[in-house]
Amino acid sequence: MDPIVLALILFTLSVLIGFEIITKVPPILHTPLVVASHAMAAIMVVSAIEVAGTSAGNLAATVLGGLALLLGVINVVGGYVIADRMLANFKSGKARGKDAAKGKV
Amino acid sequence: MSFETLREAIHSLTPIFYLITVVMFIFGLKFLQSPRTARRGNLLSGLGMLIAIVATLLGQGILNYTTVLIIMAVGSVIGVYLAYKVKMTDVPQFVAILNGFGGAVSAVVGVAEFLVYFQTGETPGGVPKTQFLTAVAADAFIGTLTFWGSLIAFAKLQGILSEKSFVLFGKNVFNSLFLLGALVTGAFLVITGSALDFTKGPVDVTVVAIFLGAVVLAATLLGLTLAMAVGGADMPIIIALFISYAGLSASALGFTNANYGLIMAGSLVGASGLILTRSMAKAINRNFWAILLGNITPPSHQATSKDDIYAGRIKTTTPEEYVGVLDAAQTIVIVPGYGMAVAQAQGACRDLFNELSADGKEVYFAVHPVAGRMPGHMNVLLAEVNIPYDRLKELDESNEILENADVAIILGANDVVNPMARDAKDTPIYGMPILDVDKAGSILVIKRSLSPGFSGIPNPLFVLDKTLMMFMDAKPALQELVKAWKER
Repeated sequence: MDPIVLALILFTLSVLIGFEIITKVPPILHTPLVVASHAMAAIMVVSAIEVAGTSAGNLAATVLGGLALLLGVINVVGGYVIADRMLANFKSGKARGKDAAKGKV
Repeated sequence: MSFETLREAIHSLTPIFYLITVVMFIFGLKFLQSPRTARRGNLLSGLGMLIAIVATLLGQGILNYTTVLIIMAVGSVIGVYLAYKVKMTDVPQFVAILNGFGGAVSAVVGVAEFLVYFQTGETPGGVPKTQFLTAVAADAFIGTLTFWGSLIAFAKLQGILSEKSFVLFGKNVFNSLFLLGALVTGAFLVITGSALDFTKGPVDVTVVAIFLGAVVLAATLLGLTLAMAVGGADMPIIIALFISYAGLSASALGFTNANYGLIMAGSLVGASGLILTRSMAKAINRNFWAILLGNITPPSHQATSKDDIYAGRIKTTTPEEYVGVLDAAQTIVIVPGYGMAVAQAQGACRDLFNELSADGKEVYFAVHPVAGRMPGHMNVLLAEVNIPYDRLKELDESNEILENADVAIILGANDVVNPMARDAKDTPIYGMPILDVDKAGSILVIKRSLSPGFSGIPNPLFVLDKTLMMFMDAKPALQELVKAWKER
């Protein structure tokens, strides 16, 4: 099979899986969803690593790759950490009661 | 086993590692379907990302590990620092600027690969020239569009630029021209770029580079006009839309270097952003397709004179007076709007919630999908002050509760509770799903003045017989309510 055909198949199937899963995420979690998906999109860092790390013969490409890598890593780390910070705040009434009993609130 | 054999083994298995990453992303998103499992889901997806990064670091034959690792360490420190420093109210602009970085990463990596291609005549991963050049053009276009669009969104949310919708004269004509220009120059880029013959030594690449520059320029102009035209109540839409574009640009980047991990993860995110955009569009009564084409904020209407509606028909109350009404109520629904976040009244709101709940009242929060500055923002703000998530109700559930509620307290919300959305065909909010607070037994509106919401139209809710107005800032109003409640 031509690699481009495989790529298109993967693209289409992933879009469909995305639609299927995301539709079921409740509005209450839409902000963490946005932040987490944003962090996932930053998987582009792997291409930045490749360009920054392997294009030694081309200074311009290495510099651009390094810049992309820096921004990409900020994206990945910042995205996941802020999503975690937000999600840690979501507690049910019960969990909140337990925390209060332990004197955490 | 030498490092080189290990590297080759990892290199040949890289697609498998990327597959594991994508599966972890999918389960991570699936866990986001419930607040109970969401945090674990985020962790899972983060681990998936780590696997992809480590596999790439070990498998790609990196020549200068020290530099790469130093850059990554610096990036991680900045990322963690920013993520802990940002306030929950500022998350929308934080996401906007990071998303802009994402678009930039995508475009910059595409351009860097392009430079390598010029020098060596070899495409990354050995993909066919036509595919490589088409994907580079698409990647540079979407990445640049995302970068400029997100940057403008950031500037508007941060208050650097006015939040008003700024519409260029003949915007649709210009936008179509920019898009057409990008398509045409992109096509020339592919044609001239793949015709280059590298077998006869160095080639002259000026023409191809000019075409790439033209694509980037068209994307820049389109990104700017698109985002400038968005204003006020529509800001949540544009964040979702640009997240989607960032995903698509990651996917396009995957097509440039045959990276199936990028293609899959990018399209997942693209789909996620589109779904959110659609749900925001529905919540705010805009046409999804018009939004995709850049017609987000419709031209504003001439406001009806508010004096005709409000004159002599407004009744006011004070916190001391109102606790009597609260005392007689059983079910109380609080409707928070962006005004509450602006007034930093979340803590005071929590205190009132705690007091009322402790005295046996059933208190709920009715959260409209576009309350706040990005999809779901209000829920995050309330969760931050420790309101349990089972008390945060979305639109449909809120309306069921409101049918039998004794009191509805409106805190800095306006358009999303305006009954004109149901039948006033000539208003911009006509057809928008609203919270049916007028079904509640009694309504308290805490608001500084009678100024209209983003739509610019007056709200007949304020003159209903059962409505009382408290013209105060949200924070002192809530604090005084709590005080009066304790002393009652």
